Amino acid sequence: MLAGALGLAASGAITGARAEGQEADIPPGVPRWQKEPGAGVMRPPYGQPSPFEAGVIRRARSEGPPYPTPQAAISLTPLQDLHGIITPNGLHYERHHAGVPAIDPALHRLVIHGLVARPMIFTMAEIMRFPQVSRLHFLECSGNTQNWAKPSPTQTVQDTHGLLSCCEWTGVALKTVLEAVGVKSSARWMLAEGADAAAMTRSIPVEKAFDDALLAYAQNGERLRPEQGYPLRLLLPGFEGNTSVKWLRRLKFGETPWQTREETSKYSSLMPDGSARQFNFVMEAKSVITSPSGGQRLEEPGFREISGLAWSGRGKIARVEVSEDGGNSWTDAALQQPVLPKCLTRFRLPWRWQREAAQLASRATDETGVVQPTHDALLKERDARSYYHYNAIQNWRVGVDGAVTHAG
Amino acid sequence: MRARFWIAALGLAAGPAFAGDDFGLGHTASPEDIAGWNIDIASDGAGLPPGRGSVAQGAQIFAAKCATCHGAHGEGKPMDALAGGAGTIGTAKPVKTVGSYWPYATTLFDFIRRAMPFNAPQSLTNDEVYSVCAYVLWLNKIVPEEIVLDAETLPKIAMPNRDRFVSSYKPREGAQ
Repeated sequence: MLAGALGLAASGAITGARAEGQEADIPPGVPRWQKEPGAGVMRPPYGQPSPFEAGVIRRARSEGPPYPTPQAAISLTPLQDLHGIITPNGLHYERHHAGVPAIDPALHRLVIHGLVARPMIFTMAEIMRFPQVSRLHFLECSGNTQNWAKPSPTQTVQDTHGLLSCCEWTGVALKTVLEAVGVKSSARWMLAEGADAAAMTRSIPVEKAFDDALLAYAQNGERLRPEQGYPLRLLLPGFEGNTSVKWLRRLKFGETPWQTREETSKYSSLMPDGSARQFNFVMEAKSVITSPSGGQRLEEPGFREISGLAWSGRGKIARVEVSEDGGNSWTDAALQQPVLPKCLTRFRLPWRWQREAAQLASRATDETGVVQPTHDALLKERDARSYYHYNAIQNWRVGVDGAVTHAG
Repeated sequence: MRARFWIAALGLAAGPAFAGDDFGLGHTASPEDIAGWNIDIASDGAGLPPGRGSVAQGAQIFAAKCATCHGAHGEGKPMDALAGGAGTIGTAKPVKTVGSYWPYATTLFDFIRRAMPFNAPQSLTNDEVYSVCAYVLWLNKIVPEEIVLDAETLPKIAMPNRDRFVSSYKPREGAQ
């Protein structure tokens, strides 16, 4: 085992020194960056990743027609390049309906009205004085993973699963603010509205508003990024991403859902019998192997970890199994702590690749007993016409040449 | 009703939705304070403003402000198709449009007023929004050419796909 590890390290060092003139930077030479002082502090004042990580960026889908306008489009998180469970703020996926507004927080207001005892208007400064809470939660667009049809082999995990991110969100529990406003007992639904040029709206069950909803103004320790709703967003843990309305400006309480465009013509699932299911809020148990994953190539045989992410909108992940043979046999993967409800969970399994063909897959089970379905099982219920909420098992094919391709 | 609510609320670990701590934050908002933001339309038509619009007026506005993205007759490209697709929902190749798929006509007014045209949202007058609604519904053969839409007539329009929409949301037992 020791010999194998050394062999891998040595070959990696040789690979990295192929460019001309770089031999002096590896042992036994003393590298250039040790022979003079480096950059000073605050260069730049807001730190940036190493220039060698310049390829770790959000991307559009690598295939398919581009969106007609970048203001109503998506960008995908590079899951293949990330570690642990936290998505850096600059890499959180995006889905905007009319661009990212440039909101002056001093001028932003939140209105809460409708079936309430006291219609209220809040400044950001007032919202930030309420008791604060922080929680780690994933967000996933319900349009994530369009694997309904025959897979395109060259797709990466960024293509297939990149509408998924996870942050520590900080704000005030919506319940805390609503108790101050006094929601009437006749209220059953809450309309959430954004301050963007789409003034995007979704109807949310009052039950969720009083459960674990947050009015979030910070992510991963800093104020929200503009593309994540600065200065204020609704955060509905475990619900489809679209309901966590960004640039939140208004909450209105009523007895019935509003039947907005986003919950009728979009975010509804067309079933094989022609019915349309709406208010499909919960993101069900799902997982994906991020390393190795599509588009990567295993250069050397030997030890490596299979690693990936699992999540459920219903609670904690209880179990993740990994298959190396396309689902014929399964082995339990180790779950990295912390394992938190409605949060990404990192799983790992040691693996030795000996230049044999393999088909890697992962299968999540959540604490409520929901097991991630196979592609075929999901297709028995609904198909590409339903578009949203694809959560089936993802397969990556590993060739004898080490090439990793998307296998649906 | 109130008594039932309190009993239900007591069963929740979260506690009652009423009578929480008043942190003294925020200000009471009068209807006038928030009139400019109170733009949502309920599916029964609540919130529809005064005004009226015809198919002919809508055709002119549509040609000037909508056709570039949605096609001269709402056929779509580059953005969503608004017309056509009748009878395709439930087939192997559904074509989702306002006429074939949307369950409520009120959604059309709500969405156009808040979000369209894409480059100048909330710029249309209420009369213009009613007119564009009339034109799009006429393109879909849902209303006659002589229709005049207003707060009374718009919510009464029966959308062909209405009964095929089913809510998946089931409130938790005992929840508020």
